[in-house]
Amino acid sequence: MNILSKLYYRYKKILKTLRLYLLIAGPGIIVMVADNDAGGITTYTATGAQYGFHLIWFLILLGPVAYYVQEMTVRLGAVTKRGHAEAIFHAFGSFWGWFSLLDLVLTDWLTMITEFIGMTAALKIFGVPAWVTVIGACLIMSWMVLQGRYWTWEKLALVFCGLNLIYVPAAFLINPPIHEILRGSLIPHFPPGGFTNDLFFLLMANIGTTIAPWMIFFQQSAVVDKGLQEKDMVGGEVDTAVGSVLTVVVAAFCVILTATLLPGQHIEDAATAAIKFMGVNKHLGTCLAIGLFDAGLLGAICISLASSWAFGEVFGWAHSLNHKLKEAPWFYAYYIFVLVLAGTVVLIPGAPLVLITLFVQVIAVTLLPAALVFLILLLNDKETMGEYRNTVFQNIANVGITAMIILVSTLYGISALFPNLLK
Amino acid sequence: MIITFFRNTAQTVRAINQKYATPHLQTSRMVRVCLGMLRGYLILLIGILVFKFVQALH
Repeated sequence: MNILSKLYYRYKKILKTLRLYLLIAGPGIIVMVADNDAGGITTYTATGAQYGFHLIWFLILLGPVAYYVQEMTVRLGAVTKRGHAEAIFHAFGSFWGWFSLLDLVLTDWLTMITEFIGMTAALKIFGVPAWVTVIGACLIMSWMVLQGRYWTWEKLALVFCGLNLIYVPAAFLINPPIHEILRGSLIPHFPPGGFTNDLFFLLMANIGTTIAPWMIFFQQSAVVDKGLQEKDMVGGEVDTAVGSVLTVVVAAFCVILTATLLPGQHIEDAATAAIKFMGVNKHLGTCLAIGLFDAGLLGAICISLASSWAFGEVFGWAHSLNHKLKEAPWFYAYYIFVLVLAGTVVLIPGAPLVLITLFVQVIAVTLLPAALVFLILLLNDKETMGEYRNTVFQNIANVGITAMIILVSTLYGISALFPNLLK
Repeated sequence: MIITFFRNTAQTVRAINQKYATPHLQTSRMVRVCLGMLRGYLILLIGILVFKFVQALH
């Protein structure tokens, strides 16, 4: 009887913890899954097609990298109750504040265009005209935020996150070689041919898609908007850890799909991969196209919100998803304005979309190092963070990760500007 | 109307600059070194971008 009561007590405790986690979960999962945006999916499909299963281990290593960076935003948001833009203004003054805000706005807008490029390319496979996709996506995204409740928006976003996992069942449809996948996942090694310039470029691209400036701004603002407190920090950290696992799972399964069906083929974008999949298996092509659309949509939702939150914080507008349209008109107006502006660019005949995609990589390089350095400095401020400031181990890990990301993203940006320099 | 909009925006920006005129982070040696390095890095990047732009024009 005593054992039974103990078991029952433990069961109830686990159930309570799970319920508490489900209440806190959201920002971490959403930001991490949205990280696998249209550009990310393109990078993963190209990685799988070009190097087979040989680089899955590398993608797994990027999970903890993303976790360590994003976890800092949870602590900073929960302790200061400020979004990242406001925190930079407050801590470093207006010069660095304006630099970060304006750079974020430009980077986000350019990235949004790439998300719309992904969405229109994905639905074009089903014969949907680009203008219908742009209008439809803008309406869905506007409807999501205009509910007037953060909770509703978050749950809807989590549904789209679930859809992003479509690559997992899709991979099981094709019976991939498990032995080769395990070897590629568990044993770090370079593909046959060794360490070449092409491989280096693809590794840089994969690291570049792991951490983007908007992610830092988005998660911190989402933590504040959700109202997470210091006591919720563990839940927020678990949420981020779950998200980092999911992002790696999606990336790995994207690689598995193209490595199994399109080995050795040159993939320029994920939509091309989906069209090629259609020729092999119609269901798979459909899955990849739906996944690409979902990735673009989720990315666009989060990126647009990151900018709107940042502007709202700095300009002092009401900037919570818990506000109705009438209560926060500037916040919602800015959100919708950015959406429409980015969508319109994609519809302009002859718009330099390739140049824009290239520019995203370059502009992001100017903002990412600053955002990461500010994050670490803020997390070491004893006065603000108190007992929640970085420990020695966290500093070693985060400084190492930041140095690596700055080096790699700079090389990536330079190689985008001067393609022959690193060849 | 447009003039009013820009005037209001300029006023808001001035108010933001005043509000955040003083950085609140303790300016330890580490902070100064990091911000100095960041300035150097950004100047270098802007230099590269300008170089690329001039090269593209030619």
